[in-house]
Amino acid sequence: MLIKRPTDLKHSDITPKEVYLNRRKFLAGAAVAGGAMLAGRGLWDLISPRLSASAATTQLTGLAKSPFSTTEKQNTFNQVTTYNNFYEFGSDKGDPSKNAGNFRTSPWNVSVEGEVAKPRTFTMDELMKLAPLEERIYRHRCVEAWSIVVPWIGYSFNNLVKLVQPTPKAKYVAFETFYDPKQMPWGKWTGIQLPYVEGLRLDEAMHPLTLLCVGMYGQTLPNQDGAPVRMVIPWKYGFKSIKSLVKIRFVKNEPPTTWNIFAPDEYGFYSNVNPKRDHPRWSQARERRLGELLMRPTLMFNGYGDQVASLYQGMDLIKNY
Amino acid sequence: MNSILSNKWLKVPVFLLCLLPAGLLVWGFFHDELTSNPVEYITHTTGDWIIRFLILTLAITPARKLFKLPVLIRYRRMLGLFAFFYGCAHFTTYIWLDKSFDFHEMLVDVAKRKFITVGFTGFLLMVPLAITSTPGWIRRMGGKNWLLLHRAIYISAIAGVIHYAWLVKSDERKPIQYGVLVGLLLLWRLGVWLARRKRRAAGSVAARSEPVTVETAETA
Repeated sequence: MLIKRPTDLKHSDITPKEVYLNRRKFLAGAAVAGGAMLAGRGLWDLISPRLSASAATTQLTGLAKSPFSTTEKQNTFNQVTTYNNFYEFGSDKGDPSKNAGNFRTSPWNVSVEGEVAKPRTFTMDELMKLAPLEERIYRHRCVEAWSIVVPWIGYSFNNLVKLVQPTPKAKYVAFETFYDPKQMPWGKWTGIQLPYVEGLRLDEAMHPLTLLCVGMYGQTLPNQDGAPVRMVIPWKYGFKSIKSLVKIRFVKNEPPTTWNIFAPDEYGFYSNVNPKRDHPRWSQARERRLGELLMRPTLMFNGYGDQVASLYQGMDLIKNY
Repeated sequence: MNSILSNKWLKVPVFLLCLLPAGLLVWGFFHDELTSNPVEYITHTTGDWIIRFLILTLAITPARKLFKLPVLIRYRRMLGLFAFFYGCAHFTTYIWLDKSFDFHEMLVDVAKRKFITVGFTGFLLMVPLAITSTPGWIRRMGGKNWLLLHRAIYISAIAGVIHYAWLVKSDERKPIQYGVLVGLLLLWRLGVWLARRKRRAAGSVAARSEPVTVETAETA
């Protein structure tokens, strides 16, 4: 089993050097290309993803390994952090790494409200110490049919749930992302309603795979990946794994979720990875793992069926998509 | 300006410029510069250039009139063929890297997914236009028929915009930009056509007693 120790990958080892080298390579190439500016934006699109200016992250140490980790080949820090969706910072997958550099993530509080015996607000410090941090190497499948393997850092969300003690009325958990149009002026052009909201059924939220995530690749989360704290639900499409979390609400009824509000026939509340249930506009049968040219088959529940299929016993997952 | 543009050697740099986006893709692919998802990047970039070249091709006629540069016609065929060239690259990326040459799966896609149906139709319509783009074919078909056939480019351009608009998840800004440009270029043609019809109608009022000529019959 080859699991890279978190200390193998340091942000400082990878990104700045590559940004620098690639930039040089690019400039040399551009000089040769000559007159390239006339070719319009296409040329500049080429370099943009690598010239990211993400804010500094902090190294995390003393991480426990997790039996939930996959042994599949991990994607590189650079692949993952220059290509993702975070619509508050723009709808192009290169936008978050370009635009999230100045996002202020400190101080940061997460309020827990609703049907709980002990509602409270957690500071980021408290969240970092709420339970021992583990490294969890998960497959992550986007609804757009690309996928990655990421060493996330965090702990099972149920650690937090147990602290606040949901009342018997609590059946669902609603999540909300931070939204500040001043810091995120790109969001209003993307067509979706913000702040971004998501939700889980309480038993889904309690499942040990459901991760409250505070880092990746041995360090705190980069801004573009949902700093300082996010959810990761590996058997659901990526948009369920809400970023830059500020509010958690325990509720009686199924809470509204952003993509479902935008297009209910395309994005359901559950949004479990399901190769048999096509998105109305494209197939979900296969996916492209970043770094691979051809597509590979998509697995039911993104390969986590053994752990989570029992949550959905007796449910029609084509209807409850 | 007309004399510069009519220099036949100018076609060489224009050709190379049109080829540049493809060259940059090849260069970027081998230098790992096409984002973390190079296949998607190639698909989207070639797709963008199809619509851009269709728009440039459609802009030739208005530009000839507006800027009094009739010589621009010398570049229209090249621009149209480049739209087709990027169309072939776009389609090849799809059938090869997305579908691994599984033509059955491709047909399922074409039948089932509206945005692919529309895009594929737009691409197929470009095939006869590319084949009949030579002076020989204009002669064989006759100018009128040839012009009629080549109006299929209007459908390809509209199909391209719809294909793009139906593909994006929520941010429609770029498809709208292309849509506005295609719309303006087609409206200009509609305007020209209406103006000509009005002129003809006025002319035929004056010449009501004259017999119908070949010319008036053709515009009826």
